Amino acid sequence: MKLSQIIKSVFATTALLSSAAAVHAAEVEVLHYWTSGGEAKSVAELKKIMEAKGVTWKDFAVAGGAGENATTALKARVIAGSPPTAAQIKGPSIQEWGQEGVLANIDAAAIPGKWDSLLPKVVSNTMKYQGHYVAAPVNVHRVNWLWINPEVLKKSGAKAPTSWPEFFDAADKMQKAGFIAIAHGGQPWQDATVFETVALGVGGADFYNKALVKLDPATLTGPTMIKTFDTLGKIKGYIDKNAAGRDWNLATAMVINGKAGMQFMGDWAKGEFTAAGKLPGKDFLCVPAPGTDKSYTYNIDSIAMFKVKDPEQQKAQLTLATAIMSPEFQEIFNLNKGSIPVRSDVSRAKFDSCATKSMDDMASSNKAGTLEPSMAHGMAVNSAVQGAILDVVSKFMNSNMTSQAAVQALAKAAKTQ
Amino acid sequence: MSDHTLPYTAAAVGSPSHTPKQQGRIAAIADAWLPRLVLSPTIILSLVFVYGFIAVTAWLSLTNSRMLPNYEISGFNQYVELFALDRWWVAAANLGIFGGLFILFCLAIGLVMAILLDQKIRAEGALRAIYLYPMALSFIVTGAAWKWILNPGLGLEKMMHDWGFANFHFDWLVNSDFSIYTVVIAGVWQSSGFVMALFLAGLRGIDDSIIKAAMVDGASLPTIYRRIVIPALRPVFFSVLLVLAHIAIKSFDLVMALTAGGPGTSSDLPAIFMYQFSFSRGQLGLGAASAMMMLATVLAVLVPMMYLETKGARNGR
Amino acid sequence: MAADSTSNSIYNEGSKLTAGRVIIYTLLVLCALYYLAPLYVMLSTSVKTLDEIRSGNLLSLPMSPTGAAWGKAWSSACTGVDCNGLAPFFWNSIKMAVPAVLISTLIGSLNGYVLAHWRFRGSEILFTALMVGCFIPFQVVILPMARLLGMAGMANTTPGLVFVHVVYGIAFTTLFFRNYYVTVPEELVKAARIDGAGFFMTYRKIIFPLSLPIFMVCFIWQFTQIWNDFLFGVVFGGSDAKPVTVALNNLVNTSTGVTEYNVNMAAAIIAALPTLVVYLLAGKYFVRGLTAGAVKG
Repeated sequence: MKLSQIIKSVFATTALLSSAAAVHAAEVEVLHYWTSGGEAKSVAELKKIMEAKGVTWKDFAVAGGAGENATTALKARVIAGSPPTAAQIKGPSIQEWGQEGVLANIDAAAIPGKWDSLLPKVVSNTMKYQGHYVAAPVNVHRVNWLWINPEVLKKSGAKAPTSWPEFFDAADKMQKAGFIAIAHGGQPWQDATVFETVALGVGGADFYNKALVKLDPATLTGPTMIKTFDTLGKIKGYIDKNAAGRDWNLATAMVINGKAGMQFMGDWAKGEFTAAGKLPGKDFLCVPAPGTDKSYTYNIDSIAMFKVKDPEQQKAQLTLATAIMSPEFQEIFNLNKGSIPVRSDVSRAKFDSCATKSMDDMASSNKAGTLEPSMAHGMAVNSAVQGAILDVVSKFMNSNMTSQAAVQALAKAAKTQ
Repeated sequence: MSDHTLPYTAAAVGSPSHTPKQQGRIAAIADAWLPRLVLSPTIILSLVFVYGFIAVTAWLSLTNSRMLPNYEISGFNQYVELFALDRWWVAAANLGIFGGLFILFCLAIGLVMAILLDQKIRAEGALRAIYLYPMALSFIVTGAAWKWILNPGLGLEKMMHDWGFANFHFDWLVNSDFSIYTVVIAGVWQSSGFVMALFLAGLRGIDDSIIKAAMVDGASLPTIYRRIVIPALRPVFFSVLLVLAHIAIKSFDLVMALTAGGPGTSSDLPAIFMYQFSFSRGQLGLGAASAMMMLATVLAVLVPMMYLETKGARNGR
Repeated sequence: MAADSTSNSIYNEGSKLTAGRVIIYTLLVLCALYYLAPLYVMLSTSVKTLDEIRSGNLLSLPMSPTGAAWGKAWSSACTGVDCNGLAPFFWNSIKMAVPAVLISTLIGSLNGYVLAHWRFRGSEILFTALMVGCFIPFQVVILPMARLLGMAGMANTTPGLVFVHVVYGIAFTTLFFRNYYVTVPEELVKAARIDGAGFFMTYRKIIFPLSLPIFMVCFIWQFTQIWNDFLFGVVFGGSDAKPVTVALNNLVNTSTGVTEYNVNMAAAIIAALPTLVVYLLAGKYFVRGLTAGAVKG
């Protein structure tokens, strides 16, 4: 008799027994990459809400690489035929998973919850696959913010910039006064965050949409894109040399403690400021990045639901979806994370001025048609194209690549299948 | 070492002959089949989980698999696309630089330390433990420490500046042209102690009498090492190369923890390339093609090595 | 080489303090410092407060050492929604590593015995073919392995992880044991068989009693590999069988909040403690076992 055969069958039996025992309780297993600080605290609220409703929360947190490890783990689980109840997936990826036929229809929670009328159209469309809800939205982040330390601004005699000339003027003054003008972390997604914000500021929402959402080849290689890269190249000169590999929150810390003047970053940066006891308007400023005050790039986090067989678990899944959309959770989660609720009927009382500005701007840009999905955060294009664009941008940021070469490489990247 | 007196070359000359004498027929049949039977689970596991999975990967590299596997053959377009990608060539070149330097330095440092430690050193046990302990740590653990030490703004450079050496300059970690060498530094740090242990073991196994005889003939110490000791370590070199090549090609945690392939993609390695394209970018077919290229490289190195080694063993060296 | 000017033979008791020996000791101590530097940084950082870390540099001695970071890393740091530190995952790792090490070593021992003393037609080629298993990049096996584990009902369980580690550990253990057993004289095995001992009896009476050094080597090697593994742990561990490396990764990879370097470093050392202890306690046997034949091709 083969030893390994025996071992295998013994293992198989124990595994069956243990999984059989686990099926009975109503529980949700949630795969996510919110592992630290404010994020973890926010998800813990969701866990509390679920447990109050008698559903056990099995935490499947996988940190690292902006969800890279989490994605790998998720694929392995789906292929093994045992997907988690729910997983943190966003943007076009929801559609990709939908096409694989593994997502669960949660209309049973969405229709009584009136999600259609509560959610802005851009949000609800992302959450649906073939007309049915398969995911529940958690928050809306605005990406095109510029964070400024007013102290640094005052000491260097500059003022908060609203256009690119003003921006570089302020940056020059800060540098002369001995500050690092722009706090940045040299990681591909951070490079891309700055890049898309510059593109939006230089070319406007229409240009942004044509280039980075529709991937129009002519726009990608056109003069506006060259100007975008020129501007980006200029920004490079104001970043300190140690930026490579720096985490974004360490860059934010440089703005907080007055080492650096400004940072391009989404509103999750606000969580850092508030955690350090800083007040918006007084200790730090949040302004739309130069030239982007009329437009809005969004990044929506969401939890997608996977098909599960056990009816108890299906019920728990709907409970989870309802809990995520509940005003209580939306309020507490977004207060912690710096973002804004996905539904507009949540009380604004506890939100600060940055958040309320974000809410107003979202509503107005939605009307004006300048509400755009963030490319850097996987809301605009599929992951293959996004990755290829990130490669080009981070190469541009870390070498002597010319703007001409960059736009050619960008057009090539956009053709990635 | 005291417990070991077996000559080490003689038995390596194996012959497949094992002629049972006066045994029962059943016992004889059992002895003829038991070895194969004992080996068979391993063979089956290896057929399925190594060769089977390589076959699956080869198949996937010929498909347009995106997020999840899709088994419809579409030809060699993934390879065409792979070879057209700058990033792939950067990763491949980096593997050459990293693998070459990593193996070279580990061999050199390991061998020198082993020879030095073999000179009847007083605190040998303690030193050996110090050299060996990095092998016990995973790179998830030490990556954080190295990242910090090598970062110009936080670690070594800042420290030297604090001490008054304002001109001290060490920014490899954040310099696209040199980032791959920081991976070498950390990699050598982790593995060279283990190489030292292997060489030390090899040195201890060498027959004293040959060396004594050479010394009677008046050979100097360097000559003895060059002519007798190091050639006698040949089989150890083989084991060491096997282990080091295996570490170099699979290096993943190391780079992820230290540079995550950056700045930009300047310290990218094939293992990282493959992981990102297969999993986070949803280009499974392309990832599989890159994996096949990695495997081809492994085979190109491994097969001649194994051939020479088993041939050497058969000739009794 | 530095030693050439001295009259010391390598096998003399070299207690005389000559220039050559001073150089040797200096080199050895310098090497030791290179190896110890990261450990020093990790240890001293783990007992500093965050303020001290920010103000001082990385080699400065801790002014007022505190164990707070260690306590937090062990029992209250957040590794996701749960904030119970690394402690719960430690047990997962032990449940995974111990059986996986034992099984893969035992199989490797039997394989090595066959390949060294019971060769048959094609066994050399089989050995070479097995070695390929050392080199397969683990990223390649994730998806097919997930499918097979799923079919066997072992996905996301500790037994599943044990199985994976056994499968990809056998190649190395077989290599170690085979290379060790070829140094056992064929005559010993033959003599046993003339006395009527069969396949297993010869193993038990002749081979196994000689195997302690190589078992030690394999235990140490396998334990290190399996304990430190991250990739398999993260994709096949699910939420129930997460090993400590996955928890450590979650703890260290903070994306918001202040990075608590002291807690990170303490957690890193805690996660590495079992392998460190194994090396310190059994390191002697490691070199001894290697000396006894494991490295001789």
